[in-house]
Order: sequence, then structure tokens, then C-alpha cells
Amino acid sequence: MSLNTIMVFAEGDESGPTTLTLELIRAARGVAANVEAFVLDDGSSMAESLGDHGVSKIHAMGGAEGKLVGAHAAALMADLVVSNLPDAVFFGQTPDGRDTAARLSVRLDQPVITNNVGVTVEDGVLVLEEPVFGGTQNIFTAFRNDGASLALFRPKSFEAESIGGAIAEVSVLEGADPGNSGTAIVTGRVIEERSGPQLDSAAVVVSGGRGLGQPEAYELVDELAGLLNAASGASRAIVDAGWVPYSKQVGQTGKVVKPSLYFACGISGATQHLVGMKGSKVIIAINKDPEAPIFSVADLGIVGDVHKVMPALIETLKAT
Amino acid sequence: MKVVVCVKQIPDPALPGELDPTTNLLKRDGKLILDESDSYGVEMALQLVEAAGGGEVSLVSMAPNNEMSGLRTALAMGADDAILVSDENLAGTDALGTAKVLAAAIGRLSPDLILAGVESSDGYTGTVPEMIAGVLDLPSVTFAKQISIDGDTVKAQRQTEAGYDDIECKLPVLLSVTAGVVEPRYPSFKGIMAAKKKPVEALDLQALGIESNTVGVVGARQETIRVTEAEERESGEIIEDDGDAHQRIAEFLGELKVV
Repeated sequence: MSLNTIMVFAEGDESGPTTLTLELIRAARGVAANVEAFVLDDGSSMAESLGDHGVSKIHAMGGAEGKLVGAHAAALMADLVVSNLPDAVFFGQTPDGRDTAARLSVRLDQPVITNNVGVTVEDGVLVLEEPVFGGTQNIFTAFRNDGASLALFRPKSFEAESIGGAIAEVSVLEGADPGNSGTAIVTGRVIEERSGPQLDSAAVVVSGGRGLGQPEAYELVDELAGLLNAASGASRAIVDAGWVPYSKQVGQTGKVVKPSLYFACGISGATQHLVGMKGSKVIIAINKDPEAPIFSVADLGIVGDVHKVMPALIETLKAT
Repeated sequence: MKVVVCVKQIPDPALPGELDPTTNLLKRDGKLILDESDSYGVEMALQLVEAAGGGEVSLVSMAPNNEMSGLRTALAMGADDAILVSDENLAGTDALGTAKVLAAAIGRLSPDLILAGVESSDGYTGTVPEMIAGVLDLPSVTFAKQISIDGDTVKAQRQTEAGYDDIECKLPVLLSVTAGVVEPRYPSFKGIMAAKKKPVEALDLQALGIESNTVGVVGARQETIRVTEAEERESGEIIEDDGDAHQRIAEFLGELKVV
């Protein structure tokens, strides 16, 4: 038994929807007959790609025009959800996805379930799967509410799938005003420089952690990543310490990565980090503490000093 | 300037977490400590009040059994006073219910600024701060790093997937602050002694005017129907570096056809 309609909060830019958005559509398609999407512009740039993935209708919300997305989008979405009564609204676990879901939850007085990696329909209600305690257990939670259920999903929980659907119909949402809640304005936008493979899509990721000892040692990570055509990542500890920007953070609060090879250098493997990378196909770890939890998930673990092993490995790889 | 900081008291993350087998809720009956994620909000509040030339930092927390050891830690850091909401009907409260309770407590204080951590270290939904702003109909800046106050305007950098946005907003406003944004101070001995005498107002749902069926397990309108063990990942070959471990890695990379 499947549900009737699920609406998806779509994110993206002129170049199209994000991968996470397409993953959400796939998740929604698996449990509902009809999938619609909320889009933060006039809807034209995504009508084709969202349609291709199975979205029948786009509700275009216009640009947030220099305001933060959450309050603006939730005000527009609330009216439509009340009138069209979808079974659920799905969001990606992004800063704007979380803000919008939270604001919508208050406006509709409906519960939100977060951190989900799976979804099914059991006895006619939505059941969500959430990993807890660093992914050692999974909790399955059923909604017991009347009205639209709200759910946030972690990236890379579903495989996006093009199904050759027709271009989505676009309908423009108007009228709602976020009022006082929408008065924070964006005065500038800074894109941190990134070169080489992107962290969340690279086939190989090399990450560094506190075991590097000092910020300068992160150069070893960058150099090894360059030789392996890999993206470079980091544990939360060295992001918090200001060594590298947040955009490099792998883990519960950072990016979820599932590369063919994950190479952890000087990372102990706190729960926070493991959640973001234990889905990698192969894991190599170098750490001087033989008791470090990272070794419990490593396919090849080197108990040793990153300052000795990494330079030697870099020399060896350069020579071949 | 009056700043309210939302703080959560959580089971010690260094100890293994456990679900109650009958309710499937996280066990919170032992000693609770100040969530490290919230120590950044407390420190930020203290620094902003100092920069503003004076003011007051109040804490708001919701916890079972009038638990206040985490609150005492934040008071020892320098916060002035606290409101603690405790009520047996709050067990099983979800993010929205928590936001309703904290918003009601915050509403009594009429602050210029509300700070919270981005997400707690135990539930990590990352939605409660934005929900509090929603309940109070206030603007918000989530995922904030670098916050400054200029007259009646707050300026902040908000972390995004690609970098950050510069945001401006008139007070009053709620901000959720990322970990690492400031270096939380250690409570001094003097601070710890002073904290024992600082006022903590204990409130229950009735005092806040909240109906008990809008919070707790009933208000959450969701039910954990089962808990399963996740598949364990097997560990593989572990070797101690005796000077040529790099060769084993190079060989392994070759087997994987990465090089």
C-alpha cells in the first residue's frame, strides 16, 4: 500500500537540482503514487530534470530575494500544504532544509523526524529509519499524527534514478508573507575556493585529523590527495580548531561520503566521524594509537606515525 | 543587553548510550552534563555582553528530575541565572514540543538575543533553535560563526554548503552557533563557588501555561516501533609500522587499482 502524494523541498541552482534533491525524489517515489516539488525560483530551470526523475508538478516559490530561505519558504509552503493535504513533505538534511522544515513544523503544528536514511509505508503510515549510537543501531519510527508528516533525510541514503518522466507542470505560489520572522537579510555570499574532485562525489577521499599535530601538516593530506586524484577531507576536531574550512568536514555534522576508498590519516574515529564515512567501500587508516576506533572499520590499518608513514608513501607514489 | 542561552544537559557522551527497552527512549536518568555544543553558545553570550559593556546572560534548560549539574557548569563559566523546566509529563518530548517549552520560558525574559547550539550531541536534530524562533515569531540566523553586535543590529556569518553568507538582522533575533566558533572558558574555582549561589528558577508545565498533551510522548505523535542492530563492518589487516608500512599501502593501492 502506498501513499498518495509526497512533496519534496528541492534545492539547487541555475545548473539544476542537487543530487540530494534527486535522492529525495527517489525516496518519495518509492512510497507515494504522486511526487511534487517546492522550488525556490520560477521553477523553469528544474522542470525538465525534476520531471525526468518523476516529479509531476513544481510549486515555484520565487527567489528569497536576499532573505534567508527558511522563514520565506515555510510561509509559502504552509498554505499549500493546508489546502492540498499531501501525506508528507521530505527535506534534505542541509542548513536550508533544516530551517525550512523547522519553520514549517511550527506553522503546521506537525512533528518532524530527522536524520533518516530509509523510509517505508507500514499499515498505511510512514515509517522512518534513523541510525543511532554512531550507526550501531537503527531506530524505526512511525508517525502517529493527523496531517502532513515532515521528514529530513541524510545525503546518500538513496540512489537518484532518472525514469524519463515528462517535464513537470509549474504552478506559481504567491501571497504568503513571513512577516517579522523573515527579516534577516543576506548582505554577502562567500564561496570558499575548491579545486580538484568534490568531497561528496570523489571516488577517493583522503582525510586528516588531530593526529596530524599541527595545521601545517595538513599539506601532507593535500599532497597525498593530489597523487591519488582524491578530494581532501577532515575530522570535526581540526575544523573546530580552525585548521581547514567547514566545507571539508566529514561526519555527522559535515558531509556524508561513500567513496571507493577512504584514507584516514591521524583520525581516531569518533562516532561523529564514523557516521559520515563508514559507508565507504574500502578504508585505509593510519593512527599511532592501536586502540583507535578507526581500526575497527579499516580494511588496512597502519599503527604508526603519520609524520613518518605519509611522507614515505608520498615519495613511493611519486617514484612509481 | 539581555542574552538568553538555551542549554541542554545530556548523558555523558563518553559513556555508551542506551535505549530504555520499554519506551525506546534514550535513557536520561543518570547524571547529566552540559552539552559541549552549548558551551560555545554560553561563551559567545559572555563575550557579546562584555563587548556591549554590560548586560545579563540567562540560561534556559529543560531536563528530567530537576537535574542542574550542567546548568551549574554554565553558571560557573559566568552566566548570571537560569530557568530550569522539569516535569514528569515531558518524558519523550520531541523537537517541536521542546521548542514550545523553551520558547515559553524564554518569553518570560524578553531578551534582545537568544543563542543556542546548532544541534545537541545526543539527539542532533538541529531543528529546535529554528523552531523556537518560529514559536516566538522572531527572525533567526542558524549555523552562525562570527557574531558581532552593532547598535540594534546583529551581524553574523552563516555557514553554507559552499562557504558562508554574511547576514544582518535587527534585534531581537535567535542565532544558533557552530562548535569551534569561540574557545569556551574553563570555570575558575571562584566561578564554581559563585555558581552555587546563583538563582535557578524551577518551573513545571503548569507554571508555563503549557497543556501536558501538547508535549511528551502524546504531543510527539510518533512511535518507535522497532530497534535493530546495524550490520557491523569487519576490520581487516592491521599492521604496526616498522619503517616500511608505506610499501604495504602502496601495494594495497595497486591491488585496488587506485594507482
